[in-house]
Amino acid sequence: MANTTGLKSYFQFKNVDWGSMMSATWETVWMTLLSMVAIVILGIILGLILYETRSKSGVGYRILNWIVGLFVNIFRSIPFIILIILLLPITMKLAGTIIGPRAALPSLIISAAPFYARMVESYFREVDSGVLEAAESMGATTWEIITKVLLPESKPALIAGATVTTISLIGYTAMAGAIGAGGLGNLAYQDGFQASNNTVTLVATVIICLFVFIVQFVGDVFVKITDKRTL
Amino acid sequence: MIRFNNVSKQYNTKDGGLTAVNDVNIEINDGEIFGIVGYSGAGKSTLVRMLDGLEAPSTGEIDINGTDVAKLHGGQLRKQRQKIGMIFQHFNLLWSRTVIDNIALPLEIAKVPKAKRKQRAEELIKLVGLEGREHSYPSELSGGQKQRVGIARALANEPTILISDEATSALDPDTTNEVLDLLLKINKEMNLTILLITHEMHAIAKVCERVAVMDSGRVVETGSVFEVFRHPKQDITKKFVSEEFTPQQSDNTMTLEELVKKYPDGQIIRLVFHGPQAELPIVSDVVKHFPELTISIISGAIHQTQEGALGSLDLQLVGDQSQIDQALEYLKTLRVGTEVIHHG
Ligand SMILES: Nc1ncnc2c1ncn2[C@@H]1O[C@H](COP(=O)(O)OP(=O)(O)O)[C@@H](O)[C@H]1O
Ligand SMILES: [Mg+2]
Repeated sequence: MANTTGLKSYFQFKNVDWGSMMSATWETVWMTLLSMVAIVILGIILGLILYETRSKSGVGYRILNWIVGLFVNIFRSIPFIILIILLLPITMKLAGTIIGPRAALPSLIISAAPFYARMVESYFREVDSGVLEAAESMGATTWEIITKVLLPESKPALIAGATVTTISLIGYTAMAGAIGAGGLGNLAYQDGFQASNNTVTLVATVIICLFVFIVQFVGDVFVKITDKRTL
Repeated sequence: MIRFNNVSKQYNTKDGGLTAVNDVNIEINDGEIFGIVGYSGAGKSTLVRMLDGLEAPSTGEIDINGTDVAKLHGGQLRKQRQKIGMIFQHFNLLWSRTVIDNIALPLEIAKVPKAKRKQRAEELIKLVGLEGREHSYPSELSGGQKQRVGIARALANEPTILISDEATSALDPDTTNEVLDLLLKINKEMNLTILLITHEMHAIAKVCERVAVMDSGRVVETGSVFEVFRHPKQDITKKFVSEEFTPQQSDNTMTLEELVKKYPDGQIIRLVFHGPQAELPIVSDVVKHFPELTISIISGAIHQTQEGALGSLDLQLVGDQSQIDQALEYLKTLRVGTEVIHHG
């Protein structure tokens, strides 16, 4: 019988089912990465809309800015755990299920994309206005300014922001896991806490930490490679 | 030919209307280097931004070879902008692109095919003397080199007009001269019309043929650089000219008050002469003719302009008033510009 209390209970490695640990890790990784792809795309599109409609005077721009701004602010302020519950019917429709990693994706994306969109907007605003004016004076279209100036000139910031978002997303996946979305959070809760197997919880924690460190490291490397401002 | 016809620009600000450009009329000939000088806030940038359609005039028209720029929109306006190159005080290069890719940006915008872009960018790198730095990033370059990239980029689409908005204002004097020399060279080689905006009269004197002086949105004086230097009419112009003529003494120029304080006796006069006059023994002539006068040299400067040398000499004359008056008369017969700065 395994020790279920005391410090020793954390180090009963023979009680760990390494197979399920591996598959849970894999679930967490792909849940995170897959939703990040969607979050980056959606966040950049929303951030771009916020940026481009910000100081324009047309009524259409104003309305668009207001709608997107409202959407972003609302979903940014709903606590994640409540958002999951709120989105259950939509999740059911989209993913066909309300449990498992696939079911976690809509909530993860909808909660983190607005967060990233606000960051993206502020990164775009930090792009040197003189450079934008130079591009305009060359006869660039708005689309050329976006693709040739705005995005490349804010690339390191976009990557740094995506790194921060990914790390908080890992936290969200664990939370989603606790209510049935699979992954390491789920494993730590069901096989660890509910089965009184502290070692499983500890191992899951260590793996999540490692994942966070790796994400941070990779993010930092990419920021460094892309940032040519100071060499 | 560029023509500003009664051009005004008003901005609506929180404190009410602001007239940045007020009823400006200027004509700029093809192939000339035209200077616009004025202090910060005079409206120079607003004026040239309108030329590139970055800003629309409130009233008046801006005519470039028969096209009213203010009436262009969309694709036509963007095509027109490709024919005007612009260089800026802070260079405005993309830090994310290498030198060669910065230069290629306007070519990409003009949809020039890739192979041709590379070839053209390499030509331009040679023209501005940046061989070997093609693959450097702007952060690895000095200010002067960055501005060379800016110039190459502005010339990429073979514009007919180059606007230089304070392009040398962030550079040290030596680098400023190098960049001005480069502008002179491309003006000659490419028969390019250049609009040189600056607050430094030195830059105007060095490269411009004609100049317009701007003050609070208005053009207060226009003329050939040579004439404006010799006979400035408006106070502000005199100020610009005298800033340029007063030699830099350990970085700060002596004001008139300081001059008067330092040389309280007699009369201080400024002689302005040009070209061959500079070689005449004017001072020794005056000394010979008026032996009772004590003449001291306070300061002097010589400037090379596009029309020849322009010199100035500040003298202090001490002695009989009648003798001083006669000396001034004598100088006039020598056709030397004479200005009494201060009566003792
Ligand atoms: N977009 C703008 N909105 C309001 N005021 C402006 C704007 N651009 C320029 N101005 C004002 O117009 C005046 C002229 O500016 P500017 O053309 O930049 O002068 P200069 O280039 O000679 O220093 C200044 O008083 C400036 O504050
Ligand atoms: Mg300016």
